[in-house]
Amino acid sequence: MGENGSVFLPEASSSFASEVDALFNFVLAVSTVFFIAVVGTMIYFVIRYRRRSHSFVPAPGKDSRLLELVSIVFPTILVLILFTWGFQVFITLSTAPPDSYEIRVRGKQWFWEFEYPNGVVTVNEMYVPLNKPVRLKMSAEDVLHSFFVPEFRVKHDVIPNRYTTVWFEATKAGEYRIYCTEYCGTQHSAMLGMVHAVPEAEFNTWLQNQDQDIPLLDLGERIFSQYACNACHAIDGTRKIGPQLNGLAGITRTLDDGSTVVADDSYIRESILDPNAKVVDGFAPGLMPAALGASLTPRQLDGLLEYIKSLE
Amino acid sequence: MSADASTSVNYLNHDRSIKSWLLTLDHKRIGILYLVVISLVFLGAGILALFIRLEQIAPGQDIMGPDAYNQIFTIHGVLMVFAFIIPAIPAILGNFVLPMQLGAKDVAFPRLNLLSFYLYVGGALIVLSALLVGRIDGGWTFYAPYSIRVGDSILFVTMGVFVMGFSSILTGVNFIVTIHKMRAPGLTWNRLPLFVWSLYSTAIVQVLATPVIGITVLLLFLERLLGIGIFDPALGGDPVLFQHFFWFYSHPAVYVMILPAFGIISELIGTFSRHRIFGYRFVALSSIAIAFLGALVWGHHLFVAGQSALASTVFSLLTFLIGIPTGVKVVNWVVTMHQGSIQLRTPMLYALMFLILFSIGGFTGIMLGVLPIDIHLHDTYFIVAHFHYVMVGGNVIAALGGLHYWWPKITGKIFNETLGRIAAGLIFVGFNLTFFPQFITGSRGMPRRYYDYPVEFESLNQLSTYGSWVLAAGMFLIAGYLLHSLFKGKKASANPWGSLTLEWTHTNRLPIPHNFERTPIVTRGAYDFHLAKDLFKDEPSGNGVDSHQVPDLEQEGRPEA
Ligand code: HEC
Ligand SMILES: [Cu+2]
Repeated sequence: MGENGSVFLPEASSSFASEVDALFNFVLAVSTVFFIAVVGTMIYFVIRYRRRSHSFVPAPGKDSRLLELVSIVFPTILVLILFTWGFQVFITLSTAPPDSYEIRVRGKQWFWEFEYPNGVVTVNEMYVPLNKPVRLKMSAEDVLHSFFVPEFRVKHDVIPNRYTTVWFEATKAGEYRIYCTEYCGTQHSAMLGMVHAVPEAEFNTWLQNQDQDIPLLDLGERIFSQYACNACHAIDGTRKIGPQLNGLAGITRTLDDGSTVVADDSYIRESILDPNAKVVDGFAPGLMPAALGASLTPRQLDGLLEYIKSLE
Repeated sequence: MSADASTSVNYLNHDRSIKSWLLTLDHKRIGILYLVVISLVFLGAGILALFIRLEQIAPGQDIMGPDAYNQIFTIHGVLMVFAFIIPAIPAILGNFVLPMQLGAKDVAFPRLNLLSFYLYVGGALIVLSALLVGRIDGGWTFYAPYSIRVGDSILFVTMGVFVMGFSSILTGVNFIVTIHKMRAPGLTWNRLPLFVWSLYSTAIVQVLATPVIGITVLLLFLERLLGIGIFDPALGGDPVLFQHFFWFYSHPAVYVMILPAFGIISELIGTFSRHRIFGYRFVALSSIAIAFLGALVWGHHLFVAGQSALASTVFSLLTFLIGIPTGVKVVNWVVTMHQGSIQLRTPMLYALMFLILFSIGGFTGIMLGVLPIDIHLHDTYFIVAHFHYVMVGGNVIAALGGLHYWWPKITGKIFNETLGRIAAGLIFVGFNLTFFPQFITGSRGMPRRYYDYPVEFESLNQLSTYGSWVLAAGMFLIAGYLLHSLFKGKKASANPWGSLTLEWTHTNRLPIPHNFERTPIVTRGAYDFHLAKDLFKDEPSGNGVDSHQVPDLEQEGRPEA
């Protein structure tokens, strides 16, 4: 028996798990009552009406319209209740709140890959903030897989060439196993992952520390495309909305007020964190979003710097 | 009155040559051919199941590696579903019994019937020949793209399934025509045994649904040989489309498995309660309704597969609705026993077991129809348990009941009743021990098709493995005493159970090659025991043991014919 007192169900650790459990327990209870009634009646009849004489032929049973009607109408009402109730919960399960935190999930033979909005990628270990809706955007690289966390009561197939999603909001801190439930070959049963549901602060620290493993240059390159710096800055010498960034390091820049400045680390750093402090000649101030820099971690900023300086 | 049934001509002794068996057009002999081959398939696939359970006795590697294990569960599933459960009842018992229940000499197209048999054998061989080409891997559902990656073997397996399906179609067509055209005088639709009704509805499904697997095979070939992307995402195909195709055939096939079982249960409960089936019309017609509606619920296998939420909702509703007639049938069978005269012979034990096990299968089916519950339970061991309760607890238990019931008519011998009851008990205990724990491992999260599993599932898996041994002991015991009865069994009487259908009342202990000396004339319904009182007057009929030789009834001058 589980911690929650149920023989059948594992711990309920997501916001809607207990709704699913209520349904499950309801069907279980009603079924058990019906089952006992049917089997009990059967056993009673077998004993009560056992054959006493070989020549005895009972009178034919009469068809009872009423009984037939009851045995059709009653279950129909019951299943309609079930359907409606199930439908309501289903809607909850299939509609992720708009402010959900999104994690990209890739199923591969035979591991799970998780990618966070800041570019951090983990294998088989997924961290999620407690009490915050998390939406998984999933796809497969090779064959079908299926993402299943029993304690969250979520499952969905993961398919090549197509995105599928599940969402959940972890409500209890802990570690929960991720299973692959769509047969995917030799190591299907070894395609296990783990969700770590941790308080949000802890989650944020974890996420930032994840950068540590990535070489600065790679981190910078990733941030550059993730923050869409490349939408305004070309790195091949062409002009977009902003100046090209290749070959920037070390050259002397003319600013819109006519002064010049050497593009050293401090200058590049300032240009990212406070774009309008010094505006390059020929470009309008205020175009580059000033908020971009604020959300960068120090290490990400260092990465960007490294990356920009590496561009020739 | 034929003096000694064993010396008179019957369908077994009129020609004993091998050729007369292999080229027989006699529906009874064809039934026996199927019985032999299908039993071998069952034996093989059953032994594979024991291996599966043995490997699962503890986590980690026990007796084989993952690749062997994966192939074994795949072959177990393919053989059990397509080569055993689907054909078992219609091809073995249906063939043997149907024409006699109709008062006919044979089926409408005896040659086609023989062709069906060889198509079945051919199809099974094609499936097995896939092993020569490569692995049989991917589970019996063969979801793309994994199954396609495995290699060309998928083409052989699906081709074999299609050929066996063709055998089903031909049998279906044959039965439909036979039932329409060859009923004895007086055998109106309302008097038909319910086994006939069930075979009729089964035949409808076979004829309508099986072509879909043919289309699927064709598309697989096109994709494989011409590289047209249909199911394979690497070619731009859609793997979910494959699942739609697969279940568009395989869900109706579930009804091919269960409807004939319903028919047998009606025969058993009617005979051993000596009572009319309560709601006969409902039981008969609901089978037909299920046959058609069964084509509309395939999507309940795809709730988490990437089908739209709207489609899932509709399929959930339809699934509930189709569950109702099935539930009502169970009520009908129980009510039939009310004020009956119930005798607990071995076949009846199977009928009662059916009511218990199939109810569990049915209730868990309703559970799975509820969308959010299915999301949690889909593709876990809960599903494995559920469909074994329906397929084994339903189909196989009914087939065993039917086999015991008609055994005296097939062989002329009566089996050992005590051993029969012991075996039934073993099967009941073994089955529940094997499969009930799987409901729990599944709902607690253990996925299906799992070679290895987390250690917290160990004790339940162990129970399940022990159960499989008890179940196997029961099966081997049955095989033992049935084979024994062939050689050493007491002679059965012509109608040992006191049944009212024509195969019992109007044929000899062993039927003659053309079943009836003279076409019977039917004057009562299949379960109108009260109109056949004289049948039970002085003979303690229905005791099953032939201590007081019931004489073969004459074809003429019978009380009600
Ligand atoms: C909406 C367009 C836009 C985006 C997005 C943008 N920038 Fe800029 N950026 C500009 C413009 C316009 C300038 C020139 C005006 C100025 O100096 O403020 C500029 C200037 C710069 C400069 C100084 C270039 C020089 O030649 O002296 C650097 C460095 C820079 N951006 C880095 C970045 C980085 C890193 C990002 C991504 C985090 C980014 N920018 C995103 C528009 C953009
Ligand atoms: Cu997988």
